[in-house]
Amino acid sequence: MSETGIGKRVKRREDVRFITGRGNYTDDISVAGQTYAAFVRSPYPRARIVSVDAGAAKAAPGVVGVFTGQDLAADGIGPLPCGWMVKSKDGSDMKIPARPPLAVERVNFVGEPYAVAIAETPEAAKAAAAAVETEFEELPAAASLAGAAGGPQIHPDIPGNRCYDWELGDAAAVEAAFARASHVTRLEFANNRLIPNAIEPRAALAVYSAATEEFTLHTTSQNPHLARLILTAFVNLAPEHKLRVISPDVGGGFGSKIFVYPEETAVAWAARRVGRPVKWTADRSEAFLSDAHGRDHLTTAELALSESGTFLGMRVRTKANLGAYLSTFASSVPTFLYGTLLAGQYRTPAIHVEVEGLFTNTAPVDAYRGAGRPEATYVVERLVETAARELGVDPAELRRRNFIQPDQFPYETPVALVYDTGNYQASLEKALQRADYAGFAARRRESEARGKRRGIGFSCYIEACGLAPSQLAIQLGAGVGLYESGEVRVNPTGSVTVFTGSHSHGQGHETTLAQIVSDKLGVPFEQVEVVHGDTGRVEFGLGTYGSRSVAVGGSAVIRATEKIVAKGKRISAHMLEASPDDVDFDEGVFAVRGTNKKMTFGEVAFAAYVPASFPDDLEPGLSEKSFYDPKNFTFPAGAHIAEVEVDPDTGVVDLVRFVAVDDFGEVINPMIVEGQVHGGIAQGVGQALLEHGIYDDAGQLVTGSFMDYCMPRADDLPSFEVDTTVTPCTHNPLGVKGCGEAGAIGAPAAVMNAVTDALGVKDLAMPASPERVWRALQAV
Amino acid sequence: MNGFDYHRPATVDAAVAARRAAADGAYLAGGMTLIPTLKQGLAQPSDLIDLGAVAGLAGVTASGETVVVGAMTRHADVAASPEVRRAIPALADLAGQIGDAQVRNRGTIGGSLANSDPAADYPAAVIGLGATIRTDRRAIAADDYFTALFETALEPGELIRAVEFPVPRRAAYRKFSHPASRYAVAGVFVAEFGGRFRVGVTGAGPCAFRLTALEEALALGVDPAAADDVAIDSSRFNSDLHASADYRAQLVRVMARRAIAALAGR
Amino acid sequence: MQLTLTVNETPHELDVAPNTLLVDILRRELGLTGTHVGCDTSQCGACTVHMDGRAVKACTVLAGQAQGAVVMTIEGLGAPGNLHPMQQAFQDLHALQCGFCTPGMIMSAIDLVRRSERLDENAVREGLSGNLCRCTGYHNIVQAVLTAAARM
Repeated sequence: MSETGIGKRVKRREDVRFITGRGNYTDDISVAGQTYAAFVRSPYPRARIVSVDAGAAKAAPGVVGVFTGQDLAADGIGPLPCGWMVKSKDGSDMKIPARPPLAVERVNFVGEPYAVAIAETPEAAKAAAAAVETEFEELPAAASLAGAAGGPQIHPDIPGNRCYDWELGDAAAVEAAFARASHVTRLEFANNRLIPNAIEPRAALAVYSAATEEFTLHTTSQNPHLARLILTAFVNLAPEHKLRVISPDVGGGFGSKIFVYPEETAVAWAARRVGRPVKWTADRSEAFLSDAHGRDHLTTAELALSESGTFLGMRVRTKANLGAYLSTFASSVPTFLYGTLLAGQYRTPAIHVEVEGLFTNTAPVDAYRGAGRPEATYVVERLVETAARELGVDPAELRRRNFIQPDQFPYETPVALVYDTGNYQASLEKALQRADYAGFAARRRESEARGKRRGIGFSCYIEACGLAPSQLAIQLGAGVGLYESGEVRVNPTGSVTVFTGSHSHGQGHETTLAQIVSDKLGVPFEQVEVVHGDTGRVEFGLGTYGSRSVAVGGSAVIRATEKIVAKGKRISAHMLEASPDDVDFDEGVFAVRGTNKKMTFGEVAFAAYVPASFPDDLEPGLSEKSFYDPKNFTFPAGAHIAEVEVDPDTGVVDLVRFVAVDDFGEVINPMIVEGQVHGGIAQGVGQALLEHGIYDDAGQLVTGSFMDYCMPRADDLPSFEVDTTVTPCTHNPLGVKGCGEAGAIGAPAAVMNAVTDALGVKDLAMPASPERVWRALQAV
Repeated sequence: MNGFDYHRPATVDAAVAARRAAADGAYLAGGMTLIPTLKQGLAQPSDLIDLGAVAGLAGVTASGETVVVGAMTRHADVAASPEVRRAIPALADLAGQIGDAQVRNRGTIGGSLANSDPAADYPAAVIGLGATIRTDRRAIAADDYFTALFETALEPGELIRAVEFPVPRRAAYRKFSHPASRYAVAGVFVAEFGGRFRVGVTGAGPCAFRLTALEEALALGVDPAAADDVAIDSSRFNSDLHASADYRAQLVRVMARRAIAALAGR
Repeated sequence: MQLTLTVNETPHELDVAPNTLLVDILRRELGLTGTHVGCDTSQCGACTVHMDGRAVKACTVLAGQAQGAVVMTIEGLGAPGNLHPMQQAFQDLHALQCGFCTPGMIMSAIDLVRRSERLDENAVREGLSGNLCRCTGYHNIVQAVLTAAARM
């Protein structure tokens, strides 16, 4: 096998441009004649717009135009749609509030844009935005999730601020399970609101050509084709074939760049309106207010156990904060990406979950790394750990008793998923060894001798990735299919250009997909180029989120390479006067079985484009594509173990060790996979110990900058110990499962289980900030 | 950021004159606080008088009894200064804990003290060491300098030239960092001058202050436990998202205990 | 105002407004877009460059403060085929993912190595606390800086 093939730690080719300052991010792109946009944003969580006076703003120096929501509405632009229909228990459709790109009559969260100023410089645009005079009639706001249902009604047609009241599972079976339980563990907790904070803020540069009536929108999107589809089919910006969306280098997404936002929409529209290119780059302060936030649940969860510690049933009630409007995929996150994961790695036979999706006067909440699955894992793994403590059973042992066993796959859970494969105990045992679980008691004594408290916590998570079988997703309410496209274009010289509908914003597609194609076609790695992020170059795509790029996007590429090989066999068979069935392809050589007749891949490529004597039924050219629709989700799973030391004087939690043993199935590039796990863990630890997006009672975001929102820094974290076990995915050609979200899913419960273990308390709210920990210790 | 007239004087006199001539002028030292403030539009001065080219404002000079730190001396230079490290290692230690590396490469002691952020580190040392603030017109004792939240004894246009720190027999600083901003949630500087103690506290109150009860307790014996029993009145302490007044009082106690332990070489 | 400064060994004379930030001079006037802006409160460090040999946040330096300064940005550090050891270590150790924080992180890391007599993991973590990375969890960055320090 070559040094660049599948399974090798190939250095990333994209790094060369990033480490030399040659990256090409949206804000780095400038075009002749460009203007700059600045948005006018609501200072109130809820208000009626009485009047907007843009007179002074329009007269300010360098101003090209000032536009309000009414200007967009008059052009038929908007509203921004939500792409997933969720139905309530009674079968009724979820309630969808109209979300104009720029607010027209009312504003419903602090930072909601309602006007935009376009000017010659960014400074002039900001000055003009500040000069817009607006009269508001302030209205009472529903700022908190807890008070949302009984609070002021935000949208005129949505009583109780309730979007939906959803359920999954068999309530009667759960009742029966609890009735015969010998022990019930119950927890009530919040899953704290997070703000994604990709280090590159969102940005857009829109160019409109009056000659061709075409828009080109450069923007920070994880899925440019989906952005194009939404902006054209739903928002009415232009016909789909007249909009080209380019996502150049994108500086991190973590979910927040999946969605179609007001700003990008307004910028694109304005480019046509002012007849000049328009550029916008968010300040971090704007990003805090206007990027979709994540998590924000209030949950009551119960686990029923038998005397021997067998899980009998689970009951979960969750209120999920959706913010003021439904962002692009918001409705699916606390339902189909959450309730379906509540079986975890266990044989719990009866599960029932109810989720109320509620509107509040806060920024919209949507998918953030893990999206629903971290919340589900937190429920399951906090319950299991707590149950073990209450029953006096070792938490590892309680898990062993309840794991789905390797011979039980495929395993159908009571919450609608069929796990294809896994070996959960194998991961746990490896993690226990790596974490030196046996030595923990001694380490705890050593900490106590120094006046510190030590705790250890587990999290055996599962996630559903590789989104998603289209038929199932559409049945469950998705407005789009969730397949992926891949195209492999062999050039006449034998080099290969791969076009993928996946998009890399840090994941390393340009390296990983090249490894796959190089490996499968026997073409040198250096001769395989990967193109992504441009609707003008890539046929179609559904983008990158939900750890789907290799499992779905990579599978599409594999299918296309298989077609290339098949066509190559036909070409070589013709050239070598053999039957295609007698041609074998291996390591880049087409050889006629049982003979010494062969052609290299390069010779076949050249022949394909110089078809001297092709028969009628053999077309020239060597370019193939595939749309791969997965048959099932993939189910990465693993065991994470956190060990913490708490300073009782200050409440500071020191994460001293974090071990992650994950089963991602087959791995294409272990170096990249480990990096994904590290990053996910950091975000999960951030949720557990540092990060919290807080709105005060008045509806103001009080953690609106890096001065107050605690981002994990280098000195907040330890080095991580990561390892893998492998059960290959059974239903995709590479046997891969996906690794992008594992850390963020597994880590919060592991860390909080460790913190509560150290403190000797049943529960503690995330983030376990120093004061919170100190106060918990004062109460013990 | 709003526009302003920019001045780059070469002498203290020229700087003070430029400031006096300005309608609403501000001195610019390292700019670590002022520039973000300008960016947010929270300050909109008519004139900025950049002190970066003013001769004689940067540098450290040490005699046996004092260490004089020029107002424009960067935090990184104080942290690395052999003179400071020899005479008052706790001061170098404090400077090395301010903000982050890039902030220490730009931020200055004069800028920090003129701004008097309640959570800045230097005020703890100024109070704890009983420093003297030397300005273009007078000398101000530490105990008279910090007056209220973001308020000092400086008159309009008064320019800090240097800070003169008496050299203690021993001193130590301990700080509890804000998890997001890295400012001091509570910082305690303890110094001994021949059996007499001074304790400066930053982060906890509206401005830095002396903890005289602890100073008196230490005079009876250098014992970390002294911090456990001393009365700490937190009724006027800061209270925010990250630390309530009660918790700050606890942190003052713990940081004091640790500073005393360091002082005692434990 | 007239501004004279040297960037990546090239002297420049520019006419800029006094309220221009160094980072905007680099990105807009000189087209050096490798230096990034990730926040507006001087926290994230994505804009870190060397000014007169020290790591500074270019978003918090006014034009006038850069008068006569010698500035080094990521573009001046090393090019493909002739990389600085820190750049090379970042690639070798997979110390970057999306790449957005990377230029600032590399400039900070070089400054850290230069002014440190000895570096261990803790010192690297503390020394890089002025630079935020949302992708890597810092694990590989720390390894890269330690590796580069040994090579430098």
